[in-house]
Amino acid sequence: MAGIKDKVAVIGMGCTKFGERWDCGLEDLLTEAITECCQDAAIDFQDIDAFWFGTFTNSTFGGLPFSQIMKPHYKPVTRIENLCATGSDTFRNACYAVASGAYDVVMAVGAEKLKDSGSSGLELLQPHSDRTTPEPTAPARFALLAPAYAEKYQVEMDYLKKIMAKIAWKNYKNGSLNPKAQFRFQVPIDVILQSPMVAWPLGIHDCSGVSDGAACAIICRAEDVHKYACKNPMYVKGLSIAAGFGWGEKHQGYDYTTAWESVYAAQAAYKEAGITNPREQISFAEVHDCFTITELVIYEDLGLSPRGGGVKDVEEGFFELEGKLPVNPDGGLKSFGHPIGATGLRMLYECYQQFKGEAGERQIERPRLALTHNLGGQPSSCVVSVCLVGSEKD
Amino acid sequence: MAGIVSFGAYIPYNRLDRKLIRQEYGGAVPKGEKAVANFDEDSLTMAVAAALDCAQGFDSSTLDRVYYATTSPPYEEKGSSAVIAGTLDMGKDVKTMDVVGSLRSGSSSMIAALDAAEKGERVMVAISDKRRGAANGQFENILGDGAAAFIFGNTDVIAEVLGVHSISVEFTDTWRSENFRYLRNWEERFCTTQAYTPFTTEAGLKVMEKTGLKPADFAKVVVYGFKERDGQKVIRKLGFSPEQLQSNFIDQIGNTGAACAPMALVAALEEAQPQDKILFINYGEGSDAIVFQVTDAILKLSPRRGVRGHINTKKSEMTYGKYLIWKEMIETEPLRRPPLVRPSLPDRYRNQKKILGFYGSKCTECGTPQFPASRVCIHCKAIDKYEEYRFYGKKGIIATYTVDYLAATPDPPTIMAVVDYEGGGRFVCLMTDCDPDKVRVGMEVELSFRKLFTQDGLVTYFWKAIPPR
Repeated sequence: MAGIKDKVAVIGMGCTKFGERWDCGLEDLLTEAITECCQDAAIDFQDIDAFWFGTFTNSTFGGLPFSQIMKPHYKPVTRIENLCATGSDTFRNACYAVASGAYDVVMAVGAEKLKDSGSSGLELLQPHSDRTTPEPTAPARFALLAPAYAEKYQVEMDYLKKIMAKIAWKNYKNGSLNPKAQFRFQVPIDVILQSPMVAWPLGIHDCSGVSDGAACAIICRAEDVHKYACKNPMYVKGLSIAAGFGWGEKHQGYDYTTAWESVYAAQAAYKEAGITNPREQISFAEVHDCFTITELVIYEDLGLSPRGGGVKDVEEGFFELEGKLPVNPDGGLKSFGHPIGATGLRMLYECYQQFKGEAGERQIERPRLALTHNLGGQPSSCVVSVCLVGSEKD
Repeated sequence: MAGIVSFGAYIPYNRLDRKLIRQEYGGAVPKGEKAVANFDEDSLTMAVAAALDCAQGFDSSTLDRVYYATTSPPYEEKGSSAVIAGTLDMGKDVKTMDVVGSLRSGSSSMIAALDAAEKGERVMVAISDKRRGAANGQFENILGDGAAAFIFGNTDVIAEVLGVHSISVEFTDTWRSENFRYLRNWEERFCTTQAYTPFTTEAGLKVMEKTGLKPADFAKVVVYGFKERDGQKVIRKLGFSPEQLQSNFIDQIGNTGAACAPMALVAALEEAQPQDKILFINYGEGSDAIVFQVTDAILKLSPRRGVRGHINTKKSEMTYGKYLIWKEMIETEPLRRPPLVRPSLPDRYRNQKKILGFYGSKCTECGTPQFPASRVCIHCKAIDKYEEYRFYGKKGIIATYTVDYLAATPDPPTIMAVVDYEGGGRFVCLMTDCDPDKVRVGMEVELSFRKLFTQDGLVTYFWKAIPPR
């Protein structure tokens, strides 16, 4: 597979403030993100050729909720839904359409209005079935990682809890520096450790929140960048999606200390981008920290830490903003919540800001290559997206 | 000669200390505890548990019939005995019957089973009850939940039937009509003096006459009684001495309705020696009396939990509030969640072997067992190279687990576990009757057939993992 390394570029992005946006419906979120994006790119919305609209819960009617709000004039709109990787897969499909030459300039937009449901968590649509499969809460699905990890690497659970707390502490700290974050405060480690239990051993502060948000990107072919106003295009280096087939839920070979989908998605994206040593080559990463234990396992699945070595890296601050490889410099899902369709594009928005040098107090020195990662489902069976983006063409 | 070939029983893990009822309302609440079915148990799940206990060591394909007896079936219309047959993996060439409504449904089923056994058939009789008495009343004070099961046959009989006598009289003492949630009854003196004592005494006397036996010939006498000591009056009239009365365990688990006397019979058989004779008398719109004689075969019966194995493995920490919630006697605040989606009945029908018999599949190419069954192998991806594979009865070990405090349940927290089976295969499942502090990676678990939820009046049953009792 040849891939599309350096063939397409992001030339404009927008992102709403994330949070409980009681004042906003889907219309307001989309308008807010898209207005910023078009201004940033200096492109008229009606000049965009085609649209990919990612949402998990906000449409039962294809792409029409988007076109009815934004009114592109009889342009193609495709609705994308791929669990928590919806935002990233929306971006991926839009990139391929430009790379193929079918369109010159396209938009990938992800949005999710979650706080209109009346439920405190996420509402999942249930397909018709015999209804015997357990439907655990999201924290329970991911909590299964912790005892298995502790057992495999012979880590005391109390110590593992402290490591997990340090991951939450780091993400809160980064988010406190981000004006677009849902939570803009720091939380001390002992408060995180003592937070009420949600799904043992995950306490409330081990979990990401629930928020509303939207983010979007305008994409063109890399060779056409000069035709637009953008001065700091972000180049796509590699895009991958790995869909799990449920091996972990049926086969004892799966030990609940990994998500194989992350491993395979990373391998494919690294290959496309020509990365051989991610720990050294990647400047920073935005990963799917839906729960603290998930982030720990992701370090190892993506090859950012050796197997069983995530704990030591966290202990040594390797992934902190001042560390060697900052992870979730914008605050992550921990500080942003997780409006499903928007999350992947929100991560790319941070990459774009960092490359432009406009990340304010969170600015990382001269970043060249960034990774985004989303994981949808549960570790034993999930879909994972990995995107690699860079500030320059190789 | 026909008779009982095997027996089993089930008593819920959870018990309510009756002093909590007394604390709530005062009054003359008897001492002891009552067994309370968990929120995910009903008369049918307890019948399944007793039937599985009873069927231990037996090839289910040798059973010809299943009778399910109860006054508290899950559906007013729709039978449930085929569910029991399915969990026993009996196949469909089987006669099934639900015998419902009468307090005497259990013993009447046993007599019907005996008739079939005399003709050479093997019959599973599962008798179970989860009756509901309204708050602050004698039914609430006395009733408990539980089940008994017997296999009747005419080979390898452990307790032969020497004689049977039934009397049937239209008599209304306790009733629950359509649309009534709770039991009602007439003045107790009328019921005892005009029905309970005369009917049981008459049936007992007549079966002794038929068999030519005297009270002194019996090791034990089992008599239904609403309260613990009710049977004493009956056996005194019959000429037995007080020590001959088998306890109904009403002080320990409560009166389990149709299953009450049958469970006492199980307890009597657990203690019995070869050649012992047992007189069994049940009550309800008349009376059934059966005389059993224990045989040498009882010594060869494989170990089972029965009454003895269930009665003292328990948790007695439930509050009266939790009891009201489990019994659906109190309205609780609805959860801020969308309503549950009902099951698809076509999908349930297609998946019946999974749901009832706990079947998965085994790949014939690479040998990997998998649950639920897959047409494409989870390991080697071979398409349509598989055979049915039953996971029930295989040893299961917890690979990992979590304690979910967020899940919507009448009994938080919910424990979810990943169970790995000896020989391969994995079951991601809920746990029940389990103390969160006692769950460990590596712990051995068993399966229990439970109610997952009810929506649109449809009950969804499936297996959960439990620690061994």
